[in-house]
Amino acid sequence: MSGDLPLSPEDVAEIVAILDGGHYERLEIRTTRFTLRVAREGRGWTQEWEWAAPEAKAEAVEAANIAVEVPEGLVAVHPPLPGTFYRSPQPGAPPFVEVGDEVGAETVVAIIETMKLMNPVHAGAAGTVEAILVDNAQPVEANAVLMTVRPA
Amino acid sequence: MIRRLFIANRGEIALRLIRTARRLGMTTILAVSAADSDSLPARLADEVRPVGSYLDIPDIVAAADGCDAIHPGYGFLSENAAFARAAAAAGIVFVGPAPETLDAMGDKLQARRIAAEAGLPAVPGREGGYPLLIKAVAGGGGRGIKRVDCEEDLDAAMAMASAEAQAAFGNGEVYVEKFIASGRHVEVQVLGDGMRAVHLGDRDCSIQRRFQKLVEEAPAPLIPDDRREALRGAAVRLAEHLHYRGAGTIEFLVDAETFDFYFLEMNARLQVEHPVTEAVTGIDLVEQQLQIADGQPLSLTQDMVRLAGHAIEVRINAEDPAHDFRPSPGRVTRAAWPAGPAIRVDTHVADGSSVPPLYDSLIGKLIVSGGDRAEAVAWLGEALAALEIKGVASTAVLHRRIAADPRFVAGGVDTRFFEGFGNG
Repeated sequence: MSGDLPLSPEDVAEIVAILDGGHYERLEIRTTRFTLRVAREGRGWTQEWEWAAPEAKAEAVEAANIAVEVPEGLVAVHPPLPGTFYRSPQPGAPPFVEVGDEVGAETVVAIIETMKLMNPVHAGAAGTVEAILVDNAQPVEANAVLMTVRPA
Repeated sequence: MIRRLFIANRGEIALRLIRTARRLGMTTILAVSAADSDSLPARLADEVRPVGSYLDIPDIVAAADGCDAIHPGYGFLSENAAFARAAAAAGIVFVGPAPETLDAMGDKLQARRIAAEAGLPAVPGREGGYPLLIKAVAGGGGRGIKRVDCEEDLDAAMAMASAEAQAAFGNGEVYVEKFIASGRHVEVQVLGDGMRAVHLGDRDCSIQRRFQKLVEEAPAPLIPDDRREALRGAAVRLAEHLHYRGAGTIEFLVDAETFDFYFLEMNARLQVEHPVTEAVTGIDLVEQQLQIADGQPLSLTQDMVRLAGHAIEVRINAEDPAHDFRPSPGRVTRAAWPAGPAIRVDTHVADGSSVPPLYDSLIGKLIVSGGDRAEAVAWLGEALAALEIKGVASTAVLHRRIAADPRFVAGGVDTRFFEGFGNG
């Protein structure tokens, strides 16, 4: 949303060629919009860009970072990675588990989709599902509590 | 005349499309999801339009209101015929082939039949026996592919492949193909205007992990001249048979010993690895796409396409090679990308960028060129030594090992390369 692009890749290549011909080790260009650092690294060069924060920052996605207190005697089920929480293997299919279901430690209770890969979520403890704390299709952080299990 | 170009994509490809569109004097309007609102392409586009999802056809078409054309990039809706039709119905040019072509090539079974009509041999299907590969009918880019070694595992693997295909393409249909162990993945870049087609040489993408390309190069190394000509000729034949319009890639499995080749699929869009072709031809593929979409005849003849030198691309993904390539979303604290005359970096990731868990893990592509392959390989090693990504895990460390591997340095490896590479 800025009008012109800053320096093109060709511009950067040209800057590097100029620096490479001399004894320069590093060049830093700082404008109100960006900082570019070009530096000698081994036999080659690197470019490092930093962008000024935008004026109006739009709403970030609300990831459920559910810092619920897990009541004593219950085991929390965490996602293996941050991602999107799904209760069933595919849309329209019945959920893996409901509250009150008996599970083993290896029972798959949900799926987390992270970067287009489906990762199973295991119950982690044998017992019964006490509560399901996150809505289907909700983004979650890695430390979220998805469910609680009452150990058998 | 395309004056206002809507870009229905994100990440490095959105930025790459903005660059060419700008150079051609177009105004760029970018679809932006909430997770990408602060992304580099969102900052550099002329205008942004919020969308809920890059897969939501009515949402995207509504956001493109008032634009002359939509470029879909790769992935997402790039090969979705319903999307191309919806755009056309709204009076917006879809930068890509005709919806009928997308239907024909998008259905990978139908694509095999059509390729056979054009005289291209296909890989055997289920009749070839186990092991089998399950592939997404709407697939491409290796998503939703599963290897199955025996009948007992088939149902479970079909269900998982279907779920991944649903998530990636919005279509869960799958099909099977015989798994060929010692093959190379070689593809031919074509451009067509509906009447005439030309090729822009070939690429080798044999270095893959779980059917995901890691390294791509142009031209494919160590292919006998007559086989290379046959491969390129077959690709042009299929493109002309289809009356293909736009940029496309015809993928082949090439027997590493005999150099016999089989049609795998056609990707009716721009590929992730298109920069290696641009590096050896000097042709901007996005510019060609936009000219064709604008209704102009191909500006290139086959004789005008001159291939020179060698280029290699490595995909830098936010994945942890030390932990079975576990996705590694998060905030990049430092992104020191290589720079220099033989180097091109296509990336949307800078210091402080966020890599959301919602999308695929590609954070940048490093492309190096040389006068010949040996020179490109040497440059690649140096560029990778300089590259540093901090804050998220990346595949850079893996690429350093690949670049130093004697089999890679020699060239012409088959798709088993990665198996022999050990884990992490």
